[in-house]
Amino acid sequence: MTPSRKQRLFLVLFLVTGVIASVTFALKAFQNNMLFFFSPSQVYAGEAPESRVFRLGGMVVEESIKREAGSLTVSFIVTDYANSIPVLYTGVLPDLFAEGQGVVARGQLSDDLFIAAEVLAKHDENYMPPEVAEALRISREAQK
Amino acid sequence: MIKYIIPLIIFFTLVGFFIRGLSLNPSYVPSPLIGKNIPNYELQDLENLENTIRSSDMLGNVSLLNVWATWCIECRNEHPFLVELSETTNIPIYGLNWKDNRSDALDWLQTLGDPYVSSAYDLTGEIAIDWGVYAAPETFLIGSDGIILYKHIAALTPEVWTKEFVPRILNDCRNEFCL
Amino acid sequence: MIPEIGQFSLIIAFFLSLTMAIYPIVGSLLNKKELLLYARPMAIGQFFFIMISFFSLAISFLLSDFTVSYVTYNSNTSLPFFYKFSAIWGGHEGSLLLWLTILSVWTLLVSLFTKKLPERYISLVLGVLGIISSSLLIFTLLTSNPFERLLLPVSDGNDLNPLLQDPAMVMHPPILYIGYVGFSVPFAFAVAALLDGKLEKGWASWMTPWTVASWVFLTLGITLGSWWAYYELGWGGWWFWDPVENASFMPWLAGTALIHSLQVTKTRGLFKSWTILLAILAFSLSLLGTFLVRSGILISVHAFATDPQRGIFILALLSLISGGALFLYAFRARTIKDEGSFDLVSRESFLLINNILLIVSVLVILIGTLYPLFLDALGMGKISVGPPYFNLVFIIPMIPLSLFLGIGMHASWKKTSLSKLINKLSLLVLLSIIFGYLILDFTFGVSNFLTLIGFILGLWIILSSISKPAEYIFSNKLKISNFTNKLWGMTVSHFGMGIFIIGVTITSTYSIETDRSARVGDSWDVGIYSFTFDDLRSVSGPNYEAQEAAISVFNGNNLITQLLPQKRIYSVQQSPMTEADIDNRLARDIFVALGEPLGDGSWSLRVQIKPLIRFIWLGAIIMALGGLISISRSLSESVRNKYD
Repeated sequence: MTPSRKQRLFLVLFLVTGVIASVTFALKAFQNNMLFFFSPSQVYAGEAPESRVFRLGGMVVEESIKREAGSLTVSFIVTDYANSIPVLYTGVLPDLFAEGQGVVARGQLSDDLFIAAEVLAKHDENYMPPEVAEALRISREAQK
Repeated sequence: MIKYIIPLIIFFTLVGFFIRGLSLNPSYVPSPLIGKNIPNYELQDLENLENTIRSSDMLGNVSLLNVWATWCIECRNEHPFLVELSETTNIPIYGLNWKDNRSDALDWLQTLGDPYVSSAYDLTGEIAIDWGVYAAPETFLIGSDGIILYKHIAALTPEVWTKEFVPRILNDCRNEFCL
Repeated sequence: MIPEIGQFSLIIAFFLSLTMAIYPIVGSLLNKKELLLYARPMAIGQFFFIMISFFSLAISFLLSDFTVSYVTYNSNTSLPFFYKFSAIWGGHEGSLLLWLTILSVWTLLVSLFTKKLPERYISLVLGVLGIISSSLLIFTLLTSNPFERLLLPVSDGNDLNPLLQDPAMVMHPPILYIGYVGFSVPFAFAVAALLDGKLEKGWASWMTPWTVASWVFLTLGITLGSWWAYYELGWGGWWFWDPVENASFMPWLAGTALIHSLQVTKTRGLFKSWTILLAILAFSLSLLGTFLVRSGILISVHAFATDPQRGIFILALLSLISGGALFLYAFRARTIKDEGSFDLVSRESFLLINNILLIVSVLVILIGTLYPLFLDALGMGKISVGPPYFNLVFIIPMIPLSLFLGIGMHASWKKTSLSKLINKLSLLVLLSIIFGYLILDFTFGVSNFLTLIGFILGLWIILSSISKPAEYIFSNKLKISNFTNKLWGMTVSHFGMGIFIIGVTITSTYSIETDRSARVGDSWDVGIYSFTFDDLRSVSGPNYEAQEAAISVFNGNNLITQLLPQKRIYSVQQSPMTEADIDNRLARDIFVALGEPLGDGSWSLRVQIKPLIRFIWLGAIIMALGGLISISRSLSESVRNKYD
């Protein structure tokens, strides 16, 4: 083997080892950070794990948002219209969070309560919620 | 040289997954109501507040329930097709007028045509919640025995009608007079 | 009338671009020279008609023509003038038209500034651009026509998404798209070479300025997007590993690899087929970016327009454009041979390592972005992959990358003596470690190993970049006048990268983030600062009403600033929007966002202290500046040639 071929081989070996090592590492990281998504009905049916973080999605039930005055802790109920799960969250809520709107919460089950570490509000741009259109109508009338 | 073909193979594997992925609608939420009986309701008739509309009115025939409102731009786009359906098919279309202003709604039916057998007037949106309505427009397909067969979110179009509604209707009534 | 003019122009542009696609390619296959001559005039014609179309839409927006469905959905009479214009790209249809407009500008520039290149080759390049443009035009016309009229006109529109009513968001999409779409030029250069079956001499040098220019815009676009997300989304984060962000970041990484690989091809005639593959990859990832955002295949906080039907069409486009290119590559790449060889310790090796690491990071991000989709497609459940995954797997290739980056700059082409390299760099390594440790210990305190490594690596990149021109200044053999723009570009870009790494490292370790409830009159401390909630009042803007808090920030007894975060309600869409207020200095940001009322007169507040966060965007801007410097010569030359 000529020295330059030997060096070439060395470079290739080095790169292959590097790539394999990082891919292995990536897969490991991947497994630890994978979050499953469940609906309230799936949680109700016992499909969601008890002691693992997952994401819960559904609609916020009307008039279910409750908080003690002055407290950052808020509770609300998430439903998929078949089943409902109560959720507890401490922190600042996202702008689009509202009753009757879609929501995704990341957190863990504790007994029958879902303790959320993060709350994201979904906003569907394709359809208009009635409140939007109501405002549209008002601004339209204001111009007449 | 096989190494030059590898990128092509990887690419088409990816495309294969995308095709699978696209056939699933990521925002599709299967309605838990499908396969169940229609929720019961009693509401005032939009056109004549004296009349009461009951969910039981819909039984006996394959029918449609269309959730609409004058504030909804998509409903405007959908409306001509509903009028066309009401003229060309035998399927009764029931309206659910959602969180709307009554005089606007009556104006609308007057000027754009009325495809509905009757429109229930749901000012508070209470009944829409029972039906799991997210937003307007939505259209439910209801079997003759009052079982919800299908729910379509967004405007009803001829494509959706032939692809999703017609086969289900034929399947439910086995009789071409249904359409 | 105006919308019809716009639509009609778009149809004409389609036929012109189709001609531009077919004639040169057929001409070169059949060796008919007269067909090649169609390419340039078609490029000019296409540009002209797409511009008419774009301005027709612009006029419809400015006149608030609500008979046009797209205008109704994205604008409103009370929308400020500035945003009426930017509302053009507030939705899917207009974004696509913007995409096409930018493509037509790039195509025009290619046709104008390549007069000295072989006619046959440049015609093929324009032909490939014609394929891209005609397929996107037909897509727009058939599935996403921005000029569609409403059957029943309404008297006022739906308004622009409030999140997009922001100066940075006016600039972000065009700049990002200039970068995205710009990669179509190196793509076309690469595919034309494959069609031609050979690389013309000088191929890599022709391609470099286009690639770097696109990369500069993409860098700025991503930076602007990150900055926007930081202050507008109201959460104080600057990067969320959101699928849409990833979609813009992957072409950037591939483009960065391409620029480095091009250097090797240009200087040494090596890595030719690899460079071609990277050019295809960079543009394919840009298309994929468009695809991910526009099809709704991945749900994302950024995906404002989603529609699976269009996704199928885009997928067909992607198969045609990228699949076609890779198909050509599979059969033609073998005919393209490298010239010469290189040693294990040489600049080529370091650039190869750089390329591999960049592509590995593209892959791990791609996996994290698409794996949830695959799992869903196979019916194995809905999952998502959290930011911790991306943070971890992205850092792994970045550590050796930063290390080799500094060494590579000082290695020479073909063969470097290892002992000389060690001699030259050991002092720099030592300085980086010692000063890295001391500075960090003195300023923020060394708290964990990874932060120390990150800081040292950032410093190492900065020192090894600066030492490059320093070497020219202080050496007897070298003259600073020989330090070319290309070398300055490299130095400045890498310096920016060092600044960026330091910013990321420090911000992610030493930020203080708190959520709390407070009412008017309350005082509290965060870090070394004290905050006082002075006042809460109502204010109103042109198309919104807002609650505004006045919060004073003190350092000891010195008043630093009064911050005025707002909670806005936009009157048409009735959606609340958090407008954070930020006191920014180079050394730190103080970030305050107003949450929601908590019932008893108190409000939830998000208060964050973010040290060196400005370094992140500053570093990125310096990187882009370096890119600009490196091509400044070819830019000025081509402009001069044009007018001579």
